[in-house]
Amino acid sequence: MLERLPYLAAIALVGIGLAVLVDDEHLVKKVLGLNVFQTGIFLFFVTAAAREGGSAPNVAKAGPYANPLPQVLILTAIVVGVSVTAVALALLVRIHAEYGTLREDAVRAAIEEGRE
Amino acid sequence: MIDPALLVAVPLAGSALPAVASRLRPRTGWPLALGVLLVQSVLAVWVAAAALAGDPVRTQVAGIPAPFGIGLLVDALSAPFVVLIALAALAVLAYTRRGGPRSGAFYSLYLLLIGGLTGVCVTTDVFNLYVFLEISGLASYGMVAQADRGAAALAALKYLLVGTVGASLYLFGVGYAYVATGTLDMAALRAALPAASDPLALAALGLMVLGLSVKVALFPLHTWKPDAYEAAPPGVAALLAALASTVAAYALGRLLLAVFPGVAEAVVDAALLGLAAASIVAGSLLAYRSESVARLLAYSSLAQFGIVVVGFVVATPTAIAGSVVHLIGHAVMKAGSFLVVGLLARTHDVRTVAEYAGLARRSPYVSAGFAVLALGLIGIPPTVGFAGKFYIALGAIEAGSWTAAALVLASTLFGLVYLGRVLERMYVGEGDTHAGPTGAASPGMYAAVAVAVLATLALGGVGPLVEGWLAPVLDGLDAGLAMGVVP
Repeated sequence: MLERLPYLAAIALVGIGLAVLVDDEHLVKKVLGLNVFQTGIFLFFVTAAAREGGSAPNVAKAGPYANPLPQVLILTAIVVGVSVTAVALALLVRIHAEYGTLREDAVRAAIEEGRE
Repeated sequence: MIDPALLVAVPLAGSALPAVASRLRPRTGWPLALGVLLVQSVLAVWVAAAALAGDPVRTQVAGIPAPFGIGLLVDALSAPFVVLIALAALAVLAYTRRGGPRSGAFYSLYLLLIGGLTGVCVTTDVFNLYVFLEISGLASYGMVAQADRGAAALAALKYLLVGTVGASLYLFGVGYAYVATGTLDMAALRAALPAASDPLALAALGLMVLGLSVKVALFPLHTWKPDAYEAAPPGVAALLAALASTVAAYALGRLLLAVFPGVAEAVVDAALLGLAAASIVAGSLLAYRSESVARLLAYSSLAQFGIVVVGFVVATPTAIAGSVVHLIGHAVMKAGSFLVVGLLARTHDVRTVAEYAGLARRSPYVSAGFAVLALGLIGIPPTVGFAGKFYIALGAIEAGSWTAAALVLASTLFGLVYLGRVLERMYVGEGDTHAGPTGAASPGMYAAVAVAVLATLALGGVGPLVEGWLAPVLDGLDAGLAMGVVP
């Protein structure tokens, strides 16, 4: 059971992140929820990379070792995640400058008002 | 023989130019983007012609052999999309010279989007596909936010949140596929997946299909689309309508045909057919209830992509050819329609179905063009819209899948209702016929619309040609050969 714990943590993070993303009206919290959601997926990859009793091809030292490929993939995915967060924060700055609030319901109300 | 890696490298490397150059000298973004896209179009047509005439064109990046390295492949399935991306980008670029945002940064994003989308089409590595999906996604979020109104920023943020969840779900599926098989190469996955543990393979398939369905915007995963397309500048809406969901649907089709056959087919087919049916019915209904023409067109895309998915589910050679034709045709017709919407908003200040009343008398040529595009979207011969639907329906009947055939026919009737409503307003509605034009459009804008209208008519006969191109590739896939290996 104990070795399954990181997988459960990964799934929990995915669920928590999605719940915050869907449920919270505050746009910054939505972006944070997205980050937590992605972190859960990253954790899944890194957990799957762990190898018990593994050995490295050219290092004699005793383990523990991990499969490097998923870790490299996640390094790339983290970079992508950081870029997405940066773009999201830039959009938030613009929304705040325009409407003076970061709550989605308030922004929508302001847009509706502008339309009429 | 040229290297398919150039198809991705040219626009990605070129994307640095407009942002830098326009800081040194203003207004240099557009010509630089034009130059890069011209090179890209020549390369795309060249590679596609080679791939369609003979064997598929492939390369391994940095010479690392499969399944360890990343493979790039242009075969009969991806060649039409590579050409579509390059040519649609050129046509919409003509529109944006006067109509679009004109900053250097915008044209950098434009080229980044083209590079990312082309990458999705040519890669044979599922993780590489995720990276290109995110490159094109990031570029499109930035492009939607280029509109002046504040609503565009909120629409772009919503697009970003939903789009990133979709891409991340796809990445989650890639993780399951890797855990199940230890490889990321599409051909190697195909060989290893049937022997892999069932729950892992099914989770991989489910998550990857779910993630791409968000990007395709199948109902009920479509919520980003109408807001983004309505708020974006018209040129951006046209480009995204032509390419963003189209390329995601291509990726979905490629995975279903070349990676996952043999994994829980009955369950997946039933689920996808359900998703497609929901998209067709709900998309048509939402389109019918839309006041804004841009929203109506965005909702119509849900129904159209539902039809494409039906073709991939039926998966006979005829139906697959139909899906490819319909993807290309829909891209041309929907982009053309969004360009007309942008043009009419500029010249006559009209945006809603009610405001379109009597427009045929005020702007007869543009209205006639829109009518051709709308009839194409409904699926009236001799347009390309008819060709795609006809082949999908024919394939469904051949396969004995009556539900699928009924869905395609129903979608045509629905299309007649919601697009007929716009045409009826334009041609017989009583409107303010005396109001003069409120703004001028550039020759480039008219040219882009004309290209879309002519392509809608000219591509109507392309069905048998595409079927002939695809036959060897599909035979190879059926025989269990790796992707791009022709028997």
